[in-house]
Order: sequence, then structure tokens, then C-alpha cells
Amino acid sequence: MLDGPSVVAALRSCGVTHVLWIPDSELGQWESALSSCPELQLIRVCREGEAIVIAAGLMIGGKRPVVMMQCTGFFEAGDALRNVVHDLKLPLFLVLGMRSWKLRDRTFDSCPRFAEPILRAWQLDYTWLGEDDLASAYRRAREAGRAAAVLLPEGSP
Amino acid sequence: MMTIHEALQVLAAERSQRVVITTMAATGIWPKLSDTGLDFAYIPSAMGHGPGLALGLALAHPQRGVILVNGDGSMLMNLGALVTLANHPANVYLVILDNGLYEVTGGQPLVGAGRTDYALIARGAGIERVYTFTDLNQWQSGAREALSGPGPVVIWLKIEGRLGEKTPKPPRPMAEQLARLQAALAQPLV
Ligand SMILES: [Mg+2]
Repeated sequence: MLDGPSVVAALRSCGVTHVLWIPDSELGQWESALSSCPELQLIRVCREGEAIVIAAGLMIGGKRPVVMMQCTGFFEAGDALRNVVHDLKLPLFLVLGMRSWKLRDRTFDSCPRFAEPILRAWQLDYTWLGEDDLASAYRRAREAGRAAAVLLPEGSP
Repeated sequence: MMTIHEALQVLAAERSQRVVITTMAATGIWPKLSDTGLDFAYIPSAMGHGPGLALGLALAHPQRGVILVNGDGSMLMNLGALVTLANHPANVYLVILDNGLYEVTGGQPLVGAGRTDYALIARGAGIERVYTFTDLNQWQSGAREALSGPGPVVIWLKIEGRLGEKTPKPPRPMAEQLARLQAALAQPLV
């Protein structure tokens, strides 16, 4: 399982400057590692679309942000994603916690049903952590100059 | 009260070398007042998310300062942005043009028009530098102070509503706007 120190090491190896996030219960376990790393500025926001647009401003200004949120927040943030990725054409990089994914054949939670269709609808490239690793996914997206997401399979809410 | 043209003329005179991001109705007027690389019309936009764009730019270029011209309708879509601004100090100057209506959709009233106290909301969010200007004379004499010194700053302007306005068009394609802005940001402050 990916822990906070390995996430911080991966982000540092990629030259990431800022992490913008609203944590969920699994991403939230990275909190102390993210907040105590002097090379990374952790920016806490109120709503997920806000994180995406602050990241846009940072990218326009030459920084390398990464945005982290749960899939529920990603669903909420659709208009911000559409604008930043498809109007501004910025290489947004997201880490998304996919709530209930590990229980997708036996959960009351509708998140797993909509997560991948919505990623495809927004025309966002994505890979799964476990099959892919964070640093490689970030580097590939950066080299391609494309927006991308890596997905963290999670348990129940 | 003042007109949106009067409000923006004062801003253009006092903006110094700061980036100015306009949204909604202001994007149609601002290019006639200033049209340099430091003037960014956020159109097409993510609705209500001008404050985030301004914060990201201001964090990336801490000395430059970023003025965001936001509508009251846009502000209401994303009031949490005031809390985010208050807790990530950067030189953002957020101007709220309060006309009580959605101008670009034909002038329908906003929820809370004439009742919402944006200064109180901004202070409650933790922003210390909050200015309210209800007429042109006040804004003319107070703009320089409000737009200097450290951010975040919230500037609440009461302006006259206009009816029958059309949705503004972008002054140029987004890719060109972004290239101009980045080139301008690469120039040293003088
Ligand atoms: Mg309005």
C-alpha cells in the first residue's frame, strides 16, 4: 500500500512544487508526510473545483502542482476540469481516491459505477495505482504535455 | 453607486504592474481600457472560479500581485474561495462588482440581491483587508490604498445594473492569451 513517505518521495523525484487537496479517509493518511515536507507546499481548499483552478494558475506561472481528491469531489468539479483541461489545455495531474472500488461487486455505493464512465466522458487519460506507479504516471503525462489522473482503489466510505 | 465603466476606469488607472484577470461582463469592457499581456480575460472560464486562478498565479509570482474582477453572481458560486484566500496569503486583490444581478444572462436578480454583505462575509472568512466603496468619489480616493500593500484584499464595489447586455466574446483565442500572459510575467518588474 502506498504510504505518505513514498508519495512524498515520488512527488519530490518529479519536481512537484505544490499539492492541492481535499483528503478522504485513505488519501488523508498522507497528511503528515505531505504537510511536513518543506519542498512541497500543501494547499488546503474548500471545494475540489477550486483545487483544479488554483493548480491552473500555478501551472501558468511555471509551477508543478498535483491535485488530490476523492472521486466524489471529482464528480463535483466537472466544470473546472472541463475549463482547465479542454479550454486552457493545461497538463493537469490528479490523484483520485476511488471510493468503494475494492468492493465494487458488493457495495451500496454508486461511486464505482460512475467513476470510469465520467473519466472517459471528460476525456482524461488515467491509470490505476498498483498497476502503475505515481512517479512514472506523472513523468509520462508531463513528457506528453497531457492532463492525466492516477486512481487509488479504495475500500468502503 | 457607479457604473461598471467608471469602476473599471479607476481600476485601470491604479492597477500599476499587477496582472488583471477579468470575468463575465468585465471581460467585454476591460480591453478598451487596457489590453497588454498582463490583462487576462478569463473567458471561457470555470464558473465562479476566478479567485482560484488568481491565487495560483499570485503564489507562482509572489511579487507581481494579481487583481481579479469578479461579479457578485460569480462570487456567490464559490464563497469558500474567501476562506482559501485568507489562509494562503498571497497578493490577490479581489474586486467584487455588486450589481445584484446576472448581467450576461439578461439581468435576472441574484439570490440575496441588495441584502448580502460581502464585506462581512470576507471578514468572517478571515480576510483582514476589506474595503467597501458605494460611490465613485469614494472609490477614486480609496483605490490606491486598497490596491497597494499585501494581499489578500477584498474590494466591494456597488455598481449600477445594466439590462439587455450580451455575453461578451473573448478578445482573442485562449492559447494566445496564455502565451501573452506568460511572456509578460517573464519580464522583470520595474
Ligand atoms: Mg452581477
